[in-house]
Amino acid sequence: MGNNVSTKKFKSKERNKIAGKVGVYLILLIITAIMIVPFLWMLSASIKSNREVFLMDPFVWIPEVPKWDNYIKIWTKIPLLQFVQNTVFLTIVVTFLQLLTSSFAAYSFAKLEFKHKNILFLAYISTIAMPWQVYMVPQFIMMRGMGLNDKLLAMICLQAFSAFGVFLMKQFYEGIPNDLCEAARIDGMSEYRIYLKIMLPLSKPALSTLTIFTFVNTWNDYLGPLIYLKTETKKTIQLGLKMFIGQYSAEYGLIMAGSVVSLVPVILVFLCLQKYFVEGVASTGLKG
Amino acid sequence: MDAKKAARMEKLEVESADLMKQIRIEMDMKKKQKLIAKRESVQRKATAIRNNRRISREAKRDLVAYSFIAPNFIGFAVFTLVPIVFAFLLAFMKWDGNNTMEFVALNNFKRLIGDTFFVAALKNTIIYVIGTVPLTMIASLALAIVLNQKIRARGFFRTVAFFPYVASLVAITAVWSMIFHPSKGPINYLLLNVFGVPQANLPKWFGGGLVLFTLILFSVWKYMGYYMVIYLAGLQGISAELYEAGSLDGASTWQKFKFITWPQLRATTFFVVVMLTINCFKVYDIAIMLAGGGDGKLSISSTVLVYYIYQNAFNYWDLGYSSAIAMVLFVLVLIVTLIQFRYEKKLGE
Repeated sequence: MGNNVSTKKFKSKERNKIAGKVGVYLILLIITAIMIVPFLWMLSASIKSNREVFLMDPFVWIPEVPKWDNYIKIWTKIPLLQFVQNTVFLTIVVTFLQLLTSSFAAYSFAKLEFKHKNILFLAYISTIAMPWQVYMVPQFIMMRGMGLNDKLLAMICLQAFSAFGVFLMKQFYEGIPNDLCEAARIDGMSEYRIYLKIMLPLSKPALSTLTIFTFVNTWNDYLGPLIYLKTETKKTIQLGLKMFIGQYSAEYGLIMAGSVVSLVPVILVFLCLQKYFVEGVASTGLKG
Repeated sequence: MDAKKAARMEKLEVESADLMKQIRIEMDMKKKQKLIAKRESVQRKATAIRNNRRISREAKRDLVAYSFIAPNFIGFAVFTLVPIVFAFLLAFMKWDGNNTMEFVALNNFKRLIGDTFFVAALKNTIIYVIGTVPLTMIASLALAIVLNQKIRARGFFRTVAFFPYVASLVAITAVWSMIFHPSKGPINYLLLNVFGVPQANLPKWFGGGLVLFTLILFSVWKYMGYYMVIYLAGLQGISAELYEAGSLDGASTWQKFKFITWPQLRATTFFVVVMLTINCFKVYDIAIMLAGGGDGKLSISSTVLVYYIYQNAFNYWDLGYSSAIAMVLFVLVLIVTLIQFRYEKKLGE
């Protein structure tokens, strides 16, 4: 009798578990739909004619005659290739500088002892809570004074040296045991070699995380280029796309084709590096 | 040369002896250790002079450390620290960027009070922050908890949830403008034809009273994936033993969340809320892209602080006034962050 009750209980528990699982998947499917439908809509609209985009009855994801030439036209309607080139150049330079200088400085803060260390680090930390928008105007005036107005170099100076990068890398390096560096020092390795041969190879997760953040931020930045880049040949893809939307607000198919083009590189970078991503966030102390 | 050296040696020795005396009488262990370190450094300098080395080992060590920091710090100091100081000064000036600057004390701030557009921008920004921060936090935590379980295709779901964060704002706001288009968009089509909302009552998502709601909705959608990753990292730091112990005590799922997950995630939640608040106060591009129309101009119902900073600086060239608004933004962020820090500290005790 007692045995019977306990198996019954067990069975109902199992049933609850299965019901819970089904519930979880149901929630997940709904969330995934909410997350991904705008992207599918974008893809779908990018091969439709303007008449078909808002056609609801019947709604089709792929039109009978897909307008692939939206993807060809978009390159001739605006200097999209120039925009892409500018953005690629900017993003690569900024990301490279950011990774190099941040990890370099972070090594010093995490593993070396020196004078004024705390004050220097405080200077970095105190600006993390300072929105860039608070000092973007004086920054622009200063850069204009240096003759950097309307130059891509201004965007590089603006984005390549962030407190955030130093902070992120430092948190990660602090998780690497000091003994490793000590042993290398006893072997007579210089600090530069320790950084290069020991620390860098270990920091893949943190570097990947920083790459994703920097790449995404630089690629998608709008306000920075809006302030600095005035000549059309210097504009980034975000500015160019926005300009196109302003001029041809009814060319829905073309707008969507341009949007897809602007998304592809970031999505690719993210997919390549995402393997390290959660691990990177966890080990860089970004979780608090 | 030698006399100079001898004089320096003597000075260092006196200093060292003096420090020794202080060390003897100092009772506080922490201070004592500091003094000991100081004396060691003095002695090292003395040895360096005795051994005819030009720079001491300590100075060399500092130089190496600075050489690591310099590339980043120089850029950071020039392009961030200097403009920040400049911004503070500018808030008390009248300047158009070309002619001479004029000190106007608090005039810029006095002007703010009577400026209805500024007051609207302030109000809208605060409403946006109050709406977005808790909703994003709850949504990202819930998502992280679901995606931390052992389920099939977990990686796929995580990637998809992160997509909106990665996607470029211009592209994705263009999609939203179409989906939520008041007369042609599929959302209103569904409301009209499936849910039977009368044509006259169909929401105008980007106009009038609803625009802030749409901005909040969009922000939650775009940023929840990012904060989900942070929560996921936090969840992975909670030891499985805690949950096993909970199960043995017969805790329900809700109880496990309340007594294990939530308290263990306190630091993460704190970080998420602080970052979210700072980021939300910066809102600008979302507003001009969703509510700005073709020319990117915001009306009084959708304006935000950063928009007004930009307008005053780059359209009216009223740089002092623009900086005063920026100071309001900064002080707001600072106050909210400090309150959050104090609250977190109190919870910790």
